[in-house]
Amino acid sequence: MANDRRAQLLSGNEACVRGALAAGVRFFAGYPITPSTEIAEGLAAALPKVGGTFIQMEDEIASMGAVIGASLAGVKAMTATSGPGFSLKQENIGFAAMAEVPCVIVDVQRYGPSTGLPTSPAQGDIMQARWGTHGDHPIIALMPASVRETFDLTVEAFNLAEELRTPVILLLDEIVGHMRERVELPPDESVHVVNRTKPVEDPETFQPYKPGPNLVPPMPAFGDGYHFHVTGLAHDESGFPTGRGQDADRLVRRLHAKIQNRKPPVARAEEWQLEDAEIVVVAAGSVARSARAAVREARVRGIKAGLLRPITAWPFPENEVREAARRAAAMIVPELNLGQIVREVERVSGGETKIVPLNRIDAELITPAEILERIQEVAAHVD
Amino acid sequence: MSTTEVRLSGFGGQGLITAGIILAEAAILDGKNAVQSQSYGPEARGGASKAEVIISDGDIEYPKVGDADVFLAMSQAACDKYAKALRPSGVLIVDTDHVKNVPAFSGKTYSVPITKIAVRETGKELVANIVALGVLVGLTGLVSREALETAVLDRVPPKTKDLNKQALAAGFAAAEEILGKEGE
Repeated sequence: MANDRRAQLLSGNEACVRGALAAGVRFFAGYPITPSTEIAEGLAAALPKVGGTFIQMEDEIASMGAVIGASLAGVKAMTATSGPGFSLKQENIGFAAMAEVPCVIVDVQRYGPSTGLPTSPAQGDIMQARWGTHGDHPIIALMPASVRETFDLTVEAFNLAEELRTPVILLLDEIVGHMRERVELPPDESVHVVNRTKPVEDPETFQPYKPGPNLVPPMPAFGDGYHFHVTGLAHDESGFPTGRGQDADRLVRRLHAKIQNRKPPVARAEEWQLEDAEIVVVAAGSVARSARAAVREARVRGIKAGLLRPITAWPFPENEVREAARRAAAMIVPELNLGQIVREVERVSGGETKIVPLNRIDAELITPAEILERIQEVAAHVD
Repeated sequence: MSTTEVRLSGFGGQGLITAGIILAEAAILDGKNAVQSQSYGPEARGGASKAEVIISDGDIEYPKVGDADVFLAMSQAACDKYAKALRPSGVLIVDTDHVKNVPAFSGKTYSVPITKIAVRETGKELVANIVALGVLVGLTGLVSREALETAVLDRVPPKTKDLNKQALAAGFAAAEEILGKEGE
């Protein structure tokens, strides 16, 4: 069989482009940076063909501003960057959270701090995704581990952004972004796509920040005939700034609640071999691939190991981790950083189980053998 | 489950990442699973470049190559660095135009003037990566020749199809010659 055309070889970055197009993206503004550049390249080629707009901006700050403006004008908008550019976008990401502007920000993590090692992998931006912008904002960040999942989670990032009127971060790493895998993508018409809810009331009495039943205000586009004001200042339902603390309190609590209360929950994790697991490996993104191989090998050797893979870095899958911590003798947390996910695991597990970090920062992916070795060490002390 | 891990390494600009992509695409055309990854420096040309391909009948979890089953070295530095990361029964292919010191190795070693063949048969050093693919697949049978040719022609610019077809044929011919001599 030398002509199997069902599948294709795609990189994670290419799958992100395909996912964004399937979700209906019509605007990209960005400033190229390794290892995210293929996303800009792909959308520069594709967007004009579907009536969309691609702009290479003067910098990352302006890119994020343009994305917010495009979204307010009614189109699905995104940008893509890596750590250094992600830092620059943070102020405007906070604006998007506060003004409730749907948008997708892709961060293909590379080695840092600063410009670091441009072509090398790391997972050092997990906390930046959560707390990079100032103030007590909510955030959603998705972390795919494969090329196919990058397609699926890019679609989901747009869907969540539109449904919840919030910025959503797609947190890739250099390995997932640049790795090419065999994938079969679904036809566009079978992809579930969510569009923002538009208001139906009289424009004269329209309150632009009056929440709907899911705590999300319906959103008109500029030009739809609804007049509204958009600000990063604390505002009331009229959309105009308010100096009143209780209005700000109501707003910021609602921004969190619309994400926390969403059904089904935004936070989720994949559980594999967890039912009877005594040693649970918690790993996300590319590292979860090594973790799965290590768990498989540990099982072959008679060790009851399991994998818990956060699909959302934020909100962190607290219930899943808490439940696993209650049953496990130990949890191993391998990461390409000096310990970011492990802080969440420690916080959530509340001392219920032993937590063992495993950190690698020499610009190489943690291997299955390293994780297996740690599983065996821990297993020797558990029995 | 059968899995083969391949490493292609040389200078940036030799087209080895493209070669890795083509090899993985050929495996997919053959109905197999494949993962391709790479590492390279920030510079576009002249630095070290490495492409890795894993071909398997089953799932591929860890996407990087540890000890390779097949290693193509197109620079001395690459050969020095990765010759140790070969399985004992593996296959080492070196481009003798760039690799002068070939390390002793328990598996099979093939020394082939890949770049010279590209220049001699096509007049273009540029297609040495495609000659290398022809040599590699001709020697190992890792993917079918039909799939490899389809994958090459799918990937290269339309105007260069004939050139690349020629290069691939030259690579296959070089492999046949080597295997023919072995059989004598």
